Amino acid sequence: MIRIENLTKEFGAKRAVDSLSFTVERGEVVGFLGPNGAGKSTTMRMITGFIPPTSGRVLVGDHDVVQDPIAAKRLIGYLPENAASYPDMTVLGFLNFAAALRGLTGDAKKKAVHRAVEMCSLDRVLYQSIDTLSKGYRHRTCLAQSLVHDPAVLVLDEPTDGLDPNQKHEVRKLIRELGRTKAVVFSTHILEEVDAACSRAIIIDRGRIVANGNPEELRALAPNAGAVTLQLGAADAEQAEQRLAGIPGVARVERSGERITVYPSEKRASGELARAVAELAGREGWALAALRTEEGHLDEVFRSITLPDTHGSQAKPSGGAA
Amino acid sequence: MSAGNSPTWIIARRELGSYFSSPVAYVFLVIFLLLTGFFSFAQGGFFDRGEASLVAFFAWHPWLFLLLVPAIGMRLWAEERRAGTLELLLTMPVTTWQAIIGKFLASWIFLAVALLLTFPAVITVNLLGSPDNGVIATGYLGSLLLAGAYLAVTCLTSAMTRNQVVSFILAIVILMFLILAGFGPVTELVSRWAGPTVVNAVAAFSVMTHFDGFQRGVIDLRDLLYFLSVIGFALFANGLVIRNLRAG
Repeated sequence: MIRIENLTKEFGAKRAVDSLSFTVERGEVVGFLGPNGAGKSTTMRMITGFIPPTSGRVLVGDHDVVQDPIAAKRLIGYLPENAASYPDMTVLGFLNFAAALRGLTGDAKKKAVHRAVEMCSLDRVLYQSIDTLSKGYRHRTCLAQSLVHDPAVLVLDEPTDGLDPNQKHEVRKLIRELGRTKAVVFSTHILEEVDAACSRAIIIDRGRIVANGNPEELRALAPNAGAVTLQLGAADAEQAEQRLAGIPGVARVERSGERITVYPSEKRASGELARAVAELAGREGWALAALRTEEGHLDEVFRSITLPDTHGSQAKPSGGAA
Repeated sequence: MSAGNSPTWIIARRELGSYFSSPVAYVFLVIFLLLTGFFSFAQGGFFDRGEASLVAFFAWHPWLFLLLVPAIGMRLWAEERRAGTLELLLTMPVTTWQAIIGKFLASWIFLAVALLLTFPAVITVNLLGSPDNGVIATGYLGSLLLAGAYLAVTCLTSAMTRNQVVSFILAIVILMFLILAGFGPVTELVSRWAGPTVVNAVAAFSVMTHFDGFQRGVIDLRDLLYFLSVIGFALFANGLVIRNLRAG
């Protein structure tokens, strides 16, 4: 549904988005991650046709966003950053306005607004003016606006920003449900949302994609993914460190007190590694207190690939290597 | 394009609704009516003229509108920019022009309503004497066009900033030039060091020069064209400002 080809945006001399290419199909929920200022919002603004790209193009459906903006925008529901809405309007007035601009009239409009109101549980505040609403409600009002025409493509810029944990949970649930039939892109810098809602995540840094895959694939990029951690009695630990290093396929062994981490030389062999460690422990008669294979944490992945000089994926020699 | 459901009208209706949903619109209408009454009857010497006409009433409009029209139009774009709703509006399936025209029309309609509410002045002169109602009609047309021209300039300045006060002041500064270029004392000053061609050329840019014809009951095509082209030019520039804003 969304097809992005070599999308580039320059603000003066600064390149905010640097030849980005990816696609999002129906039934996918793609989390768009990256540190602040990585170009997430800029990319979303280009997808939704708010700002034109410097070069490259965006296709929504089969419509080029620059060549045929109206047809492309019809397919998109958009929640802008900070969920802006008209403060002097009532929730119902605002949703009616959005529905009318989406070309809905009469009964179809009424039904569409009603559906959006239900999805976002806004029925209690329908006749309140938006500036009297709490932040959570204001956010949902803007979200309802993006859903009112049942769009094929949803672009949500930080949909859970500023919500309390319950509301976050609700919104993620909604995104997951919507993602079954729509192409959804949402940006966030909360990593747990990748597991909670995404079928795929794209991590960008300084306008470039540094990782693109499903949550498991991303986790595998963590430095400790596939490593085996075991906990032993104090008496065994020191001796075990050397014995473990002797297992074939082990790259290195780290010990801190009673905890030992065994890193495989090849990540794929992780299940075997755990078995090999367990066998060894059995043979040696160690008092094994805990044994587990590390899955890798997304925040470690995030840190290791979005910071300069820690991973090979950073090639840009810019000055900010603090 | 059915008029009622075109994006232009949907946007215009929303803008009009937001005028009347806040007390500001009513305050504006009251102030406008009080001031027109005060200026035409107390300052304009409505009764001393000894003639049944609204000359005293219309003569103040270029100055009254100088403050009131920017006050009405200053929020049109500045507020959208400040609140971030500009992004929402322009990612809807509407063109920039539809949004520009919709906003302009809404405010123009509002100003037309304000003008219509001065009808007691028309009734008054008709009761007191027998005025030329044709002249009064062209006077109203001139006033409406004048308000439209001021409003288009205000739309432009409103798009240039996210601060309503800045847009208000900018609009007044630009409109001052448009008024003063044809204002008696100023044209006299210019005529001291420039030939009559220059004086006329400068004065031709002024709203005053083109507003006067309507008050004499004349609809001159050139005057009509002047106001329409000021509106057209200002709204076109408005579009350029918005485009620039989006291009970053």
